[in-house]
Amino acid sequence: MIIVEQKPLEEILGYLKPYKKVLVVGCDGCTQPPRSLREAKSMAMQVEMGSKLEKKDITAKATTLVKQCCKDSVAGLGEMLEGVEAIVSMACGAGVQTLAEAFHPLPVFPAQNTMFIGSAEHNQGDLVEKCQACGDCLLGYTGGICPVALCAKGLMNGPCGGCYQGKCEVTKEVTDDQGNVTTIQNDCAWFMIYERLRDQGRLDLFKTYRPMRDARVSSSPRSIKWA
Amino acid sequence: METKAFSNLMKAIMDGKFVYTGELEPHKTADITDVVEWATTLKNTGKIVAANVTDNPQSMASISSLAASYVIQRDSGLEVVYQLRCSDRSRMALFSDLLGASMLGLRNVLSLTGDHPATGDAPQSKPVFDLDSAQLVELVHNMVYEKKDYAGNEIHGPDIQLNVGGVANPGLDPVEPEVIKVARKAHAGADFIQTQVIFEVEAALNFLDMLAEYTDVPVLMGIFPPRSYGQASFFDKFVTGVTVPKDLLDTFKKFKEIEDKAKRKEKVDEYNITYFVDFIKEIRKKKNSAGCHIMAVGYPDVIAPIITGAEGK
Repeated sequence: MIIVEQKPLEEILGYLKPYKKVLVVGCDGCTQPPRSLREAKSMAMQVEMGSKLEKKDITAKATTLVKQCCKDSVAGLGEMLEGVEAIVSMACGAGVQTLAEAFHPLPVFPAQNTMFIGSAEHNQGDLVEKCQACGDCLLGYTGGICPVALCAKGLMNGPCGGCYQGKCEVTKEVTDDQGNVTTIQNDCAWFMIYERLRDQGRLDLFKTYRPMRDARVSSSPRSIKWA
Repeated sequence: METKAFSNLMKAIMDGKFVYTGELEPHKTADITDVVEWATTLKNTGKIVAANVTDNPQSMASISSLAASYVIQRDSGLEVVYQLRCSDRSRMALFSDLLGASMLGLRNVLSLTGDHPATGDAPQSKPVFDLDSAQLVELVHNMVYEKKDYAGNEIHGPDIQLNVGGVANPGLDPVEPEVIKVARKAHAGADFIQTQVIFEVEAALNFLDMLAEYTDVPVLMGIFPPRSYGQASFFDKFVTGVTVPKDLLDTFKKFKEIEDKAKRKEKVDEYNITYFVDFIKEIRKKKNSAGCHIMAVGYPDVIAPIITGAEGK
């Protein structure tokens, strides 16, 4: 899943200052938390109410697309765009850019920040990064645990000296909706890899020296030929 | 491939001597007068073969360790171990700094992963980690023995003269992943290993034994004679992988009650000397134990007595 986080409403209203008719477009694709029709309608409502508080009168419609990052899919927006002066996209950065290109010169604004590729840890209700799309997948050698995304330093040859009792030296502060701040100490990715491979009787993989990576495969902007 | 010794440190290790290194920590300033003075003090003990010059320790940006290493070695006459972290430089920057180090006459480089910038005093910095510490060892090794850069391009002119060390944290729990990681550094070409501070002799001996199953790389065990209960307790609580024995903590706590400062210091010195002389005597029995890295910044009084005691002279 592509994990997204909504931008502050003030920022979105800031984008929309010059416009009166807006279309909010959700995406049924891979965004998490979901950003489909329901969320697009909610965003449209927030935009309308927010603009009223600023003594403006924006009219916001809502719709959604199967995949905002797919050019064929976005063509379906056609009729909805009549009279629209600006689009607010609820997709990841790829979706925003696809709409911006497809409907130029209509301005397209992101309703959220695209955070990372991750999954939901249901025990904690957290969305956690799992993949950096590095272009050189190592999961076959590391017991299915990614050191690129899960090691704070992206190390290739085992844990650093900051790993103690399976925990990473790096902590991060997470603020919830109520403003409560919790300090989280991550699990050490290389310690998890060690345990996984040990339990699978594959510690030989943990002992293998991994040479320097070729940074070109993960250097932006990337593209591949498909079919 | 036979190891070449370029530094006095490496020559002494290869001659089978039990060596002692010290630690120098330049700060967030463009002045290193005090560090040169400390280096001179270490040199004047006549017992320290080389001293490490830290590179942005605890991820707090300080004066360049390359510049500081050069000036310290030039002005104090003490050989340095130039520390180099992967946290802050890409392989290109690491490589060019290493060429510079060899040109400036630095002969030891110590490869470190480096603390994450998020743990330092300016956490906004971008963490680099283009290489890890084992890969940095390999980079140096290839510069010296293949005369190549990281992409296989030839290095022109004089040979690169650098002995490369790696680091270890023998007090980690569990220690096996760390032992395997150190073995990878040895595989990548580390000439020697210096360790994080360790107090518990059993853990130090266990680490040496476990490592010997993988490699015969020589190890310099890190020790830290604390000057006070506060220092000892700080290491115990806050330094990853460092456990200070309860006996030591309890004794130092009692020392706090001695009101006469001179007498208190005398007791502390006496305890440290006995403790670390015994410690060194034990660890040097191991074949892969090549020396001790004494991190006694600002506490010169105990260095010579510890070494003299451990040497049995």
